[in-house]
Amino acid sequence: MHHRYDVLVVGAGGAGLMASLYAAKSKNVSVAVISKLYPTRSHTGAAQGGVGAALGNVNEDHWEWHMFDTIKGGDYLTDQDAAEIFSKDVIEAVYELEHMGLPFSRLPNGKIAQRKFGGHTKEYGKSAVERACYAVDRTGHMILQTLYQQNVKAGTTFYNEFQVLDLIIEDSVCKGVIALELSSGEIHTFHAKSVILATGGYGRVFKITSNALSLTGDLMSIYYRKGLPLEDLEFYQFHPTGLAKLGILITEGARGEGGILRNDSGERFMERYAPTIKDLAPRDMVSRSIYREIREGRGVGKEKDAIMLDLTHLPKDIIESRLPDITDFARTYLGVDPVKELVPIQPTAHYAMGGVPTTIDGEALASEDGTLVRGLYAAGEVACVSLHGANRLGTNSLGDLIVFGRRAGLAAAKYAQKAEFETLPNNPEAYSKGLIERLRNGSGTDNVAKIRKELQDSMMMNVGIFRNGKDMEAQVQIVKELQARYKNVSVTDPTARYNTELVEALELGFLLDIAEAMTASALNRKESRGAHDREDFTERNDTEWLKHTMAYRDFNNPGNVILKYKPVVLKGETLHFVPKPRVY
Amino acid sequence: MKVNVKVQRFNPEKDKKPSWQSFAVECEPGDRVLDLLNHIKWYMDSTLTYRRSCAHGICGSDAMLINGRNRLACKILVKDLTKDGGTITVEPIRGLKVERDLLVDMEPFFDAYRAVMPFFINDDPAPAGERLQSVEDRAIFDEGTKCILCACCTTSCPIFWVNGRYLGPASIVQAHRFIFDSRDKGSDQRLKVLNQNTGVWRCRTAYNCTEACPREIPITELIEEVKRAVLYQKV
Repeated sequence: MHHRYDVLVVGAGGAGLMASLYAAKSKNVSVAVISKLYPTRSHTGAAQGGVGAALGNVNEDHWEWHMFDTIKGGDYLTDQDAAEIFSKDVIEAVYELEHMGLPFSRLPNGKIAQRKFGGHTKEYGKSAVERACYAVDRTGHMILQTLYQQNVKAGTTFYNEFQVLDLIIEDSVCKGVIALELSSGEIHTFHAKSVILATGGYGRVFKITSNALSLTGDLMSIYYRKGLPLEDLEFYQFHPTGLAKLGILITEGARGEGGILRNDSGERFMERYAPTIKDLAPRDMVSRSIYREIREGRGVGKEKDAIMLDLTHLPKDIIESRLPDITDFARTYLGVDPVKELVPIQPTAHYAMGGVPTTIDGEALASEDGTLVRGLYAAGEVACVSLHGANRLGTNSLGDLIVFGRRAGLAAAKYAQKAEFETLPNNPEAYSKGLIERLRNGSGTDNVAKIRKELQDSMMMNVGIFRNGKDMEAQVQIVKELQARYKNVSVTDPTARYNTELVEALELGFLLDIAEAMTASALNRKESRGAHDREDFTERNDTEWLKHTMAYRDFNNPGNVILKYKPVVLKGETLHFVPKPRVY
Repeated sequence: MKVNVKVQRFNPEKDKKPSWQSFAVECEPGDRVLDLLNHIKWYMDSTLTYRRSCAHGICGSDAMLINGRNRLACKILVKDLTKDGGTITVEPIRGLKVERDLLVDMEPFFDAYRAVMPFFINDDPAPAGERLQSVEDRAIFDEGTKCILCACCTTSCPIFWVNGRYLGPASIVQAHRFIFDSRDKGSDQRLKVLNQNTGVWRCRTAYNCTEACPREIPITELIEEVKRAVLYQKV
């Protein structure tokens, strides 16, 4: 099957749905969205705590403070032009969501409610500030629902349950997308003037993750397979509070409402690590502090590998009215009632700061010197506009979706208005058909689930919260071995319709690519910054490493990666913040 | 512990009708039913087909009939269903066409959703900041905002089984969420849709929907509120 759209959005989470709405608002532009799930199943729906914007509804707040917090939180790897646009635009974007009907929680005066969150401060670090606009503890769910509703209203065309197999890119021009329709097993060609990638992250490369089973880095991998670079993959965020063993997210809003982390002796240990804002320090610092406690023998549980989140001092009605979903998770999965008992938590793989490099308008970058892949855009977690730098602040992912999803949608539509449809190559489906043929007709017997599990276990051990050269060198070899074994994988299910075995085999291929690029990027960065924490290079080194990694596949040496670098943008349009030591 | 997972299988490319297949699965009492299905798919029979994504009860992909009740496979634990050596039966949700094994055609469900105009309607110029809403007004429609569109409610409704054109509880919940939102001005249009013979009057208050909802939304109560709104054509 062959389709033609001016703008094609891949992915139907917050960024994709915002992009499609804005592309559709532009004149004379046809828009469609393809997604491997039903849009309402997208992982934006799992976000809980809030979207940060300096509305100042509870206490005085300014976009300049938000910009500073974002840059400092990102350990100065944040591009400051992106941070300035973001912290200004997110205010208007939040109001816009409200105008779309999003049911924010409210203050007694009728305004949008706001609460505290990690790393958000007033007066450039003096004390915590209420910046997270929230809708109970299902803010992401409400954003996803609202944006889907608005797309229904706008009559957006959706292709649900389509697995993307390939991007058609020739001579640095993107011409479309090849995808597998899961319900029929048929391969479709989507011919487009511009394509927006919005497919989210790849948490499933790790053993313990808050991410959905579907988050396997598909479009990052496909981009990388084209010989194009992935930016800053070494920066991967572990959220401090995942439910022990399960990794299910417990929002930072729980600490924003006054929750406290305690070790085995009941000590509030964050006082030692971040004396000013304590439990509301940024995620990288809290995650590391938790692991230090565990490593030094102060963990709890059978294996002493968890830490306790204490909400018991909060009034029952606050817990049940502002945190009902996470209360339900603790009760359902651990049989623990947060009203009366402490909740065992562990850091959980949560968010990719890196991804497809883009300009502030979401244009995909083909290299470190700023050349573009014309007609290709990216927004949300799949993208790296480098708003989050080395560590994302809580609530800034939802803000990122709406601000940069909108910018990408507008830019892609504007481009499509002027561009012509490019001629497709002969037989554009050839690569995709070959990919599937290989998996379907392979004679190998290795098992997808076993390889995936070995990948997830080893990435967690070797490229997790604490890193060192020796472990990561070992991981490079492990990934190469797993890639070799992946060649012996074959799909045994011959059925065309809903062949989910085939999908999982494809996804494993994507994950292995990401692991390759990520491990190499992390191994080469010889410093500690944000989420990238090295035991053999413990200090941040601005002289040598205040720069973004650009990782390219080395086609001449399979399994190897070519690393290049580009400078961090150190000033915004009007403000700039000089890198300083990061203390809270 | 070990449990026997009895799964309904159906592959229209080779089967004329559904059949049952059993798998003996080693598991922990705290495992989710989704963990059992994943174990079967990954290590025992790769052809087993179902939807899943978030695995913790908020995306709504894995609604299925487990031990005779509609639930999310990721939100029900083994220990809450059976003991060591027991049996867990898993079937597709009812009233929608089975595409393969536990996976059903969701299109009619989303068609019904779209029919009730499940989006905010207010054509007045928006203010510079937010439209104000009191805490109390926000609370009136809170329950409906929890809906994850998993279809557990609609596919547990006997009326829906008999007449697939009934909009069903999930759609009415979605309509309720907007009808009772103090900022919305589209209620008249929605109430007209809900007053048609596919609308709220089909509901016979069987409470199956409320019992099935994995998000504990008091669905029957919300449907009653919508019925009253239709009757008096006002909110």
